[in-house]
Amino acid sequence: MASSDTAGQQHPLGIYYQIWILLFVVSAFSYAVDYFDVQGAMRWTLVIVFMLVKAGFIIAIFMHAFWERLALCLTILGPPGVLLLLIGFMAVEGNYTEGARFEYMGHDPDAVALTPAEYHASLGEDHGEGGAAAEAH
Amino acid sequence: MSEAAATSVAPADGVSGLVDDWTADKQAYHVPWGKAMMWIFLVSDTFIFTCFLTGYLNVRMTTTQPWPPQSDIFALSFGGSEPIPLILIAIMTFVLITSSGTMALAVNYGYRRDKTKTIWLIIATALFGATFVGMQAFEWTKLIVDEGVRPWGNPFGAPQFGSVFFMVTGFHGLHVSAGVIYLLWVARRIWAGYYDKKGFEIVEIAGLYWHFVDLVWVFIFAFFYLL
Repeated sequence: MASSDTAGQQHPLGIYYQIWILLFVVSAFSYAVDYFDVQGAMRWTLVIVFMLVKAGFIIAIFMHAFWERLALCLTILGPPGVLLLLIGFMAVEGNYTEGARFEYMGHDPDAVALTPAEYHASLGEDHGEGGAAAEAH
Repeated sequence: MSEAAATSVAPADGVSGLVDDWTADKQAYHVPWGKAMMWIFLVSDTFIFTCFLTGYLNVRMTTTQPWPPQSDIFALSFGGSEPIPLILIAIMTFVLITSSGTMALAVNYGYRRDKTKTIWLIIATALFGATFVGMQAFEWTKLIVDEGVRPWGNPFGAPQFGSVFFMVTGFHGLHVSAGVIYLLWVARRIWAGYYDKKGFEIVEIAGLYWHFVDLVWVFIFAFFYLL
């Protein structure tokens, strides 16, 4: 910490290479979750854990927060921490709005989203069906 | 010399007193002022991106229509192969992480006062950033022209998909583009010898901005593309 006051953030190169490789590996894991089509709670858990690991190492090592003084760290991380409250409130609110929409406006429980392949196939074989898909506009 | 004067004179009133009080000899952050200011800017930017992502959370929860399948929409096939899911976004992620790595090295070589390596690493970082923006332009073109995605609707599902996509990735892309210009400007000033006497904190400050852009992408990649 004393050195960070005088000579700036000077650290051995090795740690940057290690974190760099780690970020590559964890990103590959994230992509693998999608590639192998993991679904449900497992998908959410894995994606969010990998995201937090990556974010943590970028802030701590690449942005040097690990070596900064507590006053600066709290300034950086404290205010964004309050945003968790906003996210929580908006999730509760969103849940309520969705319920109200289902109850008063109705919805089609069988509706499924189209993939681009399905959409283009529907355009190609029958223009009538393409029109139906375009209703989503 | 001004410090000695400040202790002996009574505090001024009015506007100059206000200025004195806020500029007095009280230092909270023991870092160069430019670095403290960059951090404060990044905290404010965190709020902007969090508002976007929270807005996305809200519209995604409240829409009664199914969310379009990102994995298929961002798939790409090479030479007529089967489309590989989300491959373009994965490549963009790796390009941005690579640029973060070269930036971290540039900061390190900056403090070692190795100007040549610092400049080339910054230029490499900017080139990776420009590559990222180019791939994003390709992605936008594909979605707008080929798939007919608009901010108000798309053929696949919930219309909110388009507005969130253009707003969030557009704002992030603007940050990357601004970062590329900023980095090249810093590299040019290093080359011109502007920081030889001042010291090379500027590389760390520019690096903070660049790592932040990478950090935001980590969250966009997880929440918008993967979940």
